[in-house]
Amino acid sequence: MLSIKNLTKSYNGRTIFKDLSFTVAPGEVLTIVGPSGIGKTTFLNILAGLIPADSGSIELDGKELTIDGTRQGSEVGVIFQDFNLFPQYTVTENITLAPRIVAKEKKATYTKTAAELLADLDLTEHQNNYPFELSGGQKQRVAIARALAMKPGVLAYDEPTSGLDEASTERVTSIIQKLQSRNATQLVVTHDLPFAQSLNGKVLDFSKDVER
Amino acid sequence: MHYILEILPSLLDGLKLTLGVFFLTLIISLPLGVIVSMAQRSRFFALRWITNIYITIMRGTPLLLQIVFVYYGLSLANITVLPRFEAVVLTFVLNYTAYFAEIFRGGIQAVPAGQYAGARVLGMNKLQTFRYIALPQVIKTVMPSVGNEVINLVKDTSLVYVIGLGDLMRAGTIDVARDVTLIPYLLVGAFYLLLTMIFTVIMRYIEKRLNYYR
Ligand SMILES: Nc1ncnc2c1ncn2[C@@H]1O[C@H](COP(=O)(O)OP(=O)(O)OP(=O)(O)O)[C@@H](O)[C@H]1O
Ligand SMILES: [Mg+2]
Repeated sequence: MLSIKNLTKSYNGRTIFKDLSFTVAPGEVLTIVGPSGIGKTTFLNILAGLIPADSGSIELDGKELTIDGTRQGSEVGVIFQDFNLFPQYTVTENITLAPRIVAKEKKATYTKTAAELLADLDLTEHQNNYPFELSGGQKQRVAIARALAMKPGVLAYDEPTSGLDEASTERVTSIIQKLQSRNATQLVVTHDLPFAQSLNGKVLDFSKDVER
Repeated sequence: MHYILEILPSLLDGLKLTLGVFFLTLIISLPLGVIVSMAQRSRFFALRWITNIYITIMRGTPLLLQIVFVYYGLSLANITVLPRFEAVVLTFVLNYTAYFAEIFRGGIQAVPAGQYAGARVLGMNKLQTFRYIALPQVIKTVMPSVGNEVINLVKDTSLVYVIGLGDLMRAGTIDVARDVTLIPYLLVGAFYLLLTMIFTVIMRYIEKRLNYYR
């Protein structure tokens, strides 16, 4: 369960959002929509712990997450808009790096997890490819697998369909639905309205439902 | 041919010293350059300021002047008298560290911010992020520039003869003056050419090895 309470953010005195509060339960997909420049990515970055909020709180599965922008942790699995895959590592290495050096899992454990994720996300045949050898949709799925490998409490996607064709978009939809059926807590930022509708979840419109 | 064989031993002696200066400078100034480039990005203003002054001076004045300054200057100012070889290595290290630091700074800046964000949300700490994410990318970006500096260093070592160190250049000069022939200089040139060619091949090889990704 993700619960956001009274989250407020401003840049140089300009309020981006004020007293933002909502919850996302396991098995739920919350879609955040709104026009460009409204603050969707800003919110995601705060949730990810990358930039500070002014005030408010973020609670995930009963645990308070910091909002000072200095967090270093994998509680929030982030799928960035441009993926931020590590170019010098193969698909498998991208997925296993954090489990290996951060979670300090045994080799047998992280190899098994990686193999399952690769199969699940239809990446097995690309396991030894480098990111530059992948299509946008494939990179997207690697980013999802990489986040999942750390067993995050919530998955947050920033514009997961930008730059993808219809087939790839449908694929992302079905992945999100598959994870939903496994009780994942998910949050999707998008301005692709048909895609947002296909997710069948709660929709939070930043241009209407948010104070500023 | 006979003459070449005759002067070869003294040239090889000079070559030994040239290579000594070369390798010592490289081995010390490469890691020092990494450290200085990190100091350039330090949170502490004073440290950044000092580092910038140091780099500006080192890059803004001729290496030849720096060699003379360190060797004669330190003793004139009654600070210390360094033996020739030590003075030269110290100067080269100071000079090349500055160049390498500048190169590394550029390399570090070239790592996209998203890479750091990606590492952070996976829980990596600063050290892990540097070691596993940034450093491999920095090494790849800086390799061509480092290669250029390595070639420059080979040639720059010839400057040490001004304070009377018996390097390859000086060995050649002595033979030329004594025997009134240009053959020693041609040989010296051939040696430098051979060295730079060898290091070029090595650097190309390393660059190629790093080219497995984009
Ligand atoms: N570092 C910053 N300093 C000042 N203002 C910023 C900064 N980052 C973002 N902003 C501003 O905050 C607002 C929200 O930006 P944000 O990137 O969150 O928008 P978005 O909803 O994700 O838009 P898009 O759909 O185009 O991705 C924008 O007006 C932007 O100019
Ligand atoms: Mg955005």
